[in-house]
This record gives sequence, structure tokens and C-alpha cells, in this order.
Amino acid sequence: MNGWHLLPAALLVLACSGRYGGAPGAGARITVRGSDTLVVLMQRWAEASTTSQPDVVVEVSGGGTGTGIAALMNGTTDLAMASRPIAREERARIEGSGAKLVEIPVALDAVAIYIHESNPLSALTLDALRGVFAGKIRRWSELGGADRPIVLYSRESSSGTYAFFKEHVLQKCDFAPEAQSLPGTAAVVQAVARDPAAIGYGGIARARGVKVLPLRLADGSVVAPDHEAATTGRYPLTRPLFVYLRAPANPEAEGFARFLVGPEAQALAEEAGFFAWRSPP
Amino acid sequence: MSTSRKPRRRFRRSLGERIAERALALVAASAIGAITLILVFVVREALPLFWDGHEGLALAAPHRYPNYDHPVYVWQPVGYPPKYGVVPLFVGTLKITGLAMAISTPLSLLAAIYVAELMRPRRRAWIKPIIELVAGVPSVVLGFIALTYIAGATQDLLGCTYRLNALVAAIALSLAVLPVIFTVAEDALHGVPLALREASLALGARRYQTVTRVVLPAALPGILAALVLGFGRAIGETMIVLMASGNAAVLDPSPTSSARTLTATIAAELGESPRGSEHWRVLFLLGMILLLITWALDAVGRIVVRRLARRLDPSTDEGA
Amino acid sequence: MNIGDRGLRLLSGLALFVVLAAILAIFGLVVVEGAGALSWRMLVEAPSSDLATGGVMPAIYGTAACTLLMTVAGVPVGVATAVYLAEYAPRRSRFATAVRAAVRILAGVPSIVFGLFGLGFFVLFVGKSIDGLFYRDAASPVFGRPALLWSSLTLAVLTLPVVIVTTEEAIRRVPRELREASYALGATQLTTIGRVVLPHARAGILTGVVLAVSRGAGEVAPILFTGVANYLPRIPTDVRDGFMHLGYHVYVLATQAPDVDRARAMVFGTVLVLLVLTFVLDAAALLLRARAHRGTRS
Repeated sequence: MNGWHLLPAALLVLACSGRYGGAPGAGARITVRGSDTLVVLMQRWAEASTTSQPDVVVEVSGGGTGTGIAALMNGTTDLAMASRPIAREERARIEGSGAKLVEIPVALDAVAIYIHESNPLSALTLDALRGVFAGKIRRWSELGGADRPIVLYSRESSSGTYAFFKEHVLQKCDFAPEAQSLPGTAAVVQAVARDPAAIGYGGIARARGVKVLPLRLADGSVVAPDHEAATTGRYPLTRPLFVYLRAPANPEAEGFARFLVGPEAQALAEEAGFFAWRSPP
Repeated sequence: MSTSRKPRRRFRRSLGERIAERALALVAASAIGAITLILVFVVREALPLFWDGHEGLALAAPHRYPNYDHPVYVWQPVGYPPKYGVVPLFVGTLKITGLAMAISTPLSLLAAIYVAELMRPRRRAWIKPIIELVAGVPSVVLGFIALTYIAGATQDLLGCTYRLNALVAAIALSLAVLPVIFTVAEDALHGVPLALREASLALGARRYQTVTRVVLPAALPGILAALVLGFGRAIGETMIVLMASGNAAVLDPSPTSSARTLTATIAAELGESPRGSEHWRVLFLLGMILLLITWALDAVGRIVVRRLARRLDPSTDEGA
Repeated sequence: MNIGDRGLRLLSGLALFVVLAAILAIFGLVVVEGAGALSWRMLVEAPSSDLATGGVMPAIYGTAACTLLMTVAGVPVGVATAVYLAEYAPRRSRFATAVRAAVRILAGVPSIVFGLFGLGFFVLFVGKSIDGLFYRDAASPVFGRPALLWSSLTLAVLTLPVVIVTTEEAIRRVPRELREASYALGATQLTTIGRVVLPHARAGILTGVVLAVSRGAGEVAPILFTGVANYLPRIPTDVRDGFMHLGYHVYVLATQAPDVDRARAMVFGTVLVLLVLTFVLDAAALLLRARAHRGTRS
């Protein structure tokens, strides 16, 4: 009988333990949302900044670049992580509301092409890659491999990697409808690692258990997405990763943004498999 | 449903009593309020599509986009121009739901027949809760199971080209739907009066004849209600299909090809779209369509069940 | 035995066997692999930044906080509705019929549509309105963004039908004689409900609450856009914070963890925690229901 009365009381205590009605920003909570490519690195950054700024809680969510920028537009996040530069309409929408948009490049990434470890293919041109992902080249034998269909692994359209790949590889073409869209780069890596007929794409930092396929450039040379090729810009699928915020931001968000471009954060980026941000090539 | 009349006080009630009744009625209205708010807030975001105009939305007919030489059904919401061909999503939803129903209906009904008709009551008392417990398994766990076990097993067994496909999602989905159909159908079978069975057996009918010609027809309204409930659950399920179907928006009806459902599309894409954009509105439109489908399903289910119940037993005027 | 009888027995028995075997095989595999991965550390530590090591404590806390808030918000409404339907509404009242229809339709609404509703109504309408009224000069939104509060309220709406249906059934099962005895002693209707009917229907109501909690703890789709976060180094202290959630964490670990193979132990451990949580709740509901039924029959 008494246990029955205790339950609501316990619930009430829990509900009231939250701080209601505090001053805005008093929670010193920063939310960061966006690119899955950056999410892991951002979590490391959040962890590192917690040790130096213990009062600030950094909350990190993924969902893709589009998600982050949409959240920034809707005002539902402080910082947006992006694996592509913000689109003109998106910028206009944010600045139209009177705010200023600040763009901070935080690291450099190379989009790698993943294939199964047993796949003998040694390199691919960008044109052939477009043919594969647009669904015009459908069998590995057309590329000199075994006679089996090519299984395409792509990302959800909310991902910046998807948009980057679409812009730089597919250009005006659409992805083949057969391309499976998976909710994260990890899912792509996992799928490709288990499927000898697979091809997929994603950030170089995530490539584990798969073979990274080098690209054949127009001059016939073959280039792999390594540190040197990425920082010199020779690897064509190299991209800067950004963090965006609205200009009159709360001081905690600004402080965190400053931390991101500092030497500690940049060292962490290198450690996580990305390349530290240098001035744009 | 209890038909016993509650004693009601006829003499004058205090003000407090009357206020309490009004207050409770007001709270009870919140259920109506909730369903209204859901409808209003989903429709509110979707409807401007129809008067503000839209670019690439194709609800039923194929649409001719630039860069395509003939009209097509394409779902490519990011691109120039964005292409919102909804037909592949309908195909994907129907494919996965249909497959899941095809797997779970015979299994759950037969299992229900065994448990209700052929099993000793003491055993029934512990078999039933086991299956009911599975109904409570979170769908994200089933999606994970599909991803880790079912995908590999079906690929090894059937040699499918795609590791994640409609069949994998449908198998996991039937694990979610099966206990729902089983529980309701078993209740319906169990609720058939013993006298009917005894009469049939006394007339010399075999057990299987009794089950197929007497018990099943008598329990039909309940069984249909179970199927409608299962179908509704299958069509609205999100996490399983998002994780296990491969999410490619293809028109291919083959069970071993991929499929993209309405629910998974909303879950995967809503976060990315800025509020008020065309994409955002199209996704709310998909939500509205889902809402209408479940609504229609509920209505059709109730009408069919009521008709059947009346035909079987004209004395009952209330179905539920 | 006749061939037809034997056929029926064989076919239906086989179906039951397949169902039970599939259930046992799959959950057996998960439990065995999960038990190997589970450790004390997993339950009390926060995850490391790449989610592959550490624990899931913030997710356990987030799930608990979310379902408790959901219960606080939803159960009183559900119980009051059920009391009205069972005790006050006149037979064949149009209002009661409408409420029942609304409850039934609500129960059939796909969970992802609740997600749309939560985002459109709670976050962007209610939250933004509060911000517009009280926090006009704040640099970033205070209430108008996904948060624990909004997820809990969305789940409260989602689980409302479970509470209403189970509670109404429990109240209806209270014997008429008890009410009559109470009235005969001069008690008012309100007193009778509060002192006789509700206490007597206690086990049945609790069944509904536990079922709602179990359902709410496992749903992921409604919270996707209303407050859940991938990663929070600390547990949320404010209802306006985002939160980690066991179900969402399973989804993230299985599809987005940076290194899926290294995170494998973590996924299985998290799945097991979630599974045990819902199993314990559902088993409790089954036992309570059995007790409630026994109680009224004696």
C-alpha cells in the first residue's frame, strides 16, 4: 500500500531535481550538431575541452552536415559541424535573420573510396568512379575485375560526404537508385568489409578492414589519400571540414570555437586520422 | 466488456463532486486533443506544399526531370533539382510490410491454433507469456539483430547480392509483428465457447474438422482484428527497416533487393532539412500519409470485424 | 489418430516450434555474447570519445530520466481519463465514444509520426513560444530546441493509450459490491473512487504504468528529433538538456561508431542492458496482471 504512494513522490523528487527557470545560458551548455565525419573528432575535442573548461558541457550529436546546418538555421544548436562549405541559400537564410555567420575551418579530410580487401583493382579514374556510382558501370568485369555485379554503398542525403561526393564525383548525375544509403560511415565501412562485390566511400579516418582504392589522375599518375597528397591538394577528393556558428554567440560557444583551432585540438585531429588544418590550398 | 450497471447516486451531489466530474471529463478530452494536435501539426507543416507550389514532388505519376530523357519515379531529395518521387517509397513500404505479413501470418496463426486448441492448459500458461514478452522487445534491438545475425545468415543461405535487403528487414519485422498477431488471435480462439467444440465433436467431427470448420470461423473477427493490428504495427515500424533494409529507393519488387520505406525516409532525412523548406514539407507530407493509412486501416478493420461479428452472431450489436 | 488430426497437430506444432526456436536462438545469441561483454564498468562509466570503450552510464541515466518524466506527465492524465470513462461517462455517451476512438487511433499512430509531432509541436511551437515570451534576448534558444523535456512529453503522449486502456479495464474489474458498500456507508462518489475503487484496482493500474514505461524506454523513433544526443560526457542536470538514450545508443553504435568491430562488445553490452530492462519491466507487468486477475476472482 505504502509503496504505491512512494512512487509518485519519487518521481516528483526527480522531476524537481532539474533546475527550472535559470537564467538563459546559465547551464553553460554548448550543443554541437552535424557532420558524422566530424562527430568522433568533435567528441574527442569535447572531452579535451572539458578538462580545461570544467564548467562547460559540450553536447555532440551527429545526423549529417545538413542536419547541423538546419539546426543552426532553426536555432536549435550553437555550433554546426560541416563536411562541406555552407550553401549560398543556407547562408542567406541565416544572415537574413540578422545574425552573422562565422565559418571556421577545423581540419582537412580526404574522401576515400573503399573496396573489399580481396578486390584486386588497383586504381580508378574519376570518370569510371562516376560511371560506377551513377549506375552506368554495373559489373566489376567492366573494370577488369571478377564477373560479378558491383554493389554500391552510399550515405543518407543528410551527410556532407554524400553532398561532397555528389558534387565532385557525380557532378550533374544522380546516384543510381540501387545504391544503398546507410545511416553512417561506419555502416558503409562495415558493409564493404563484408562484401567482396562492394564499393563505398567515406572519410579516410574511418577506413578499417577495407581496402582504400587510389585514384588515377588525368595525367596517368596514381594518388592515394595520404597526408602529403591531401595537404598539397593533389588528391582530388580532399576537403576542409568546418564548424559554423552565429556571430553574436554566447561566450562559451566562442571559447570552444577558439579551442578548436588551437594546437591541442589540431594535434588531436591528426591523431584521429584527419589532417591538421593549414591555410587553404 | 462488463455489462454490470454501476450504482449511480441519484440524489443531489455536492459542488465539489460536480467540479470533479467536469475536471475529469476535461482531462479525458486530452486524448481527443492529442490526436487533433498530431493531425494539425503534421498537416500544418505539409499543406503549404499545395498552395505554395512545389518543384519535384510526384505523388503518383512519373515525373520528367531535367537530365532524364523520360519520365521516371525517382527519390533523390538532394540534387539539382531535388526529386521527390514518392512511388518508390510506397513500393518499398508495401514490399517490406507484405513480406513481413506473409512470414508472420501463417506462423503466428498456426502457433495460436496449437496453443489454444491442442495444448494442455498448464503448458499454455507459460508458453503464452514467453511469446508476449517478445512483443515488448524494443525495435532497435530487433534492427540490431537483423544487422548482426539475420543479414549474414540470409546472404549465406540465399546468396543475395545485397547484404541488407527487404527480406532481412521483413524477417526482423515479423519478429515484432508475430507476438502481436499471436496474442490477439490466440485470445480470440480461446474465447470461442467450449460448447461449440463439444457439440461439433459430439456430432462425430474430427478435431481438425472442428478447428477448421467451427472454431476458426467463430474466431474470425478476432483473428482479422489481430491481422489488422499486426499490419498497422508493420507499416509504422521505423528503426528495424532503417537499420536492415539497405534504404535504396528502388522500384524492384524482388524480396532480395533493397527497399526504402516511408518511415525510414522520415527518420533518415528530417534532421537534415531546414524548417519550411520543400524537403521538410514533403517529409511531413509522408507523415501525413502514414497517419491517414493507419487511420483508414483502423476504420476498415472495425467495419469488417463488426460485419463479420454480426453475421456470425446477429444478437451482438457491438463489435468490440 | 486420423490423418487430418495428425496433419493439424504437426503443422501447427511445427509453427509454434519455429517461433519458439527463432526466439530462443536469437535472444540466446544476444544474451550469450552480451553477457561476455557486460561488466560493472559498463554500467557506471561514461563512454570514451570514440564510444568503443568505457560504459553507458549516461545512456542508462538518460533513459531512466526520460521515462520517469514521461510517467510523471502521462500517468495522471491516463488514469484520470480511465476513471472518467469507467466511473462517470454515461453508457452510450457520445463524448466517451469519441474519447475511446481517439485512444484507439492514438495507439495506432506510427512512432515516427510522434517524432514529427514532437518536433513540430513541442520543440518548434511550444518551446519557441516560451522563448519568444520569456527569453527574448537570449543568444541561443532556451526551450526552443530538442531537449529531455520534449522527448519525455512526446513519449507521454505515445504511451497514453496503454495507460488508459489498462487502467479502465482494471477499474471495471472492481466488484460492484465494493462500491455499493462504500455508498451505503455514506461515502461520496469521489471518496469511493479515491478510497475504494483505485486502491482495489492498484495492481491493474500498475500493470499499465509498467507496460507504458517498458514501451517508452524502448522507443527510439519519437526521440530522434526531440532531444536525444550521440554523446554527452556528463549526465544531464536540466530538463532543457539533451540526453543519451540506450536505444539510440544501440543505433549509433551499430551504424555510426567510428570502429564497429572495436565497438562490438559495447553494442552487445548495451543491447543486453536494454533487453534486460524491458524484459524485467514486461515480466513485472505480466506478474502484476496475473495478480490483479486472481485478486478479483477470489
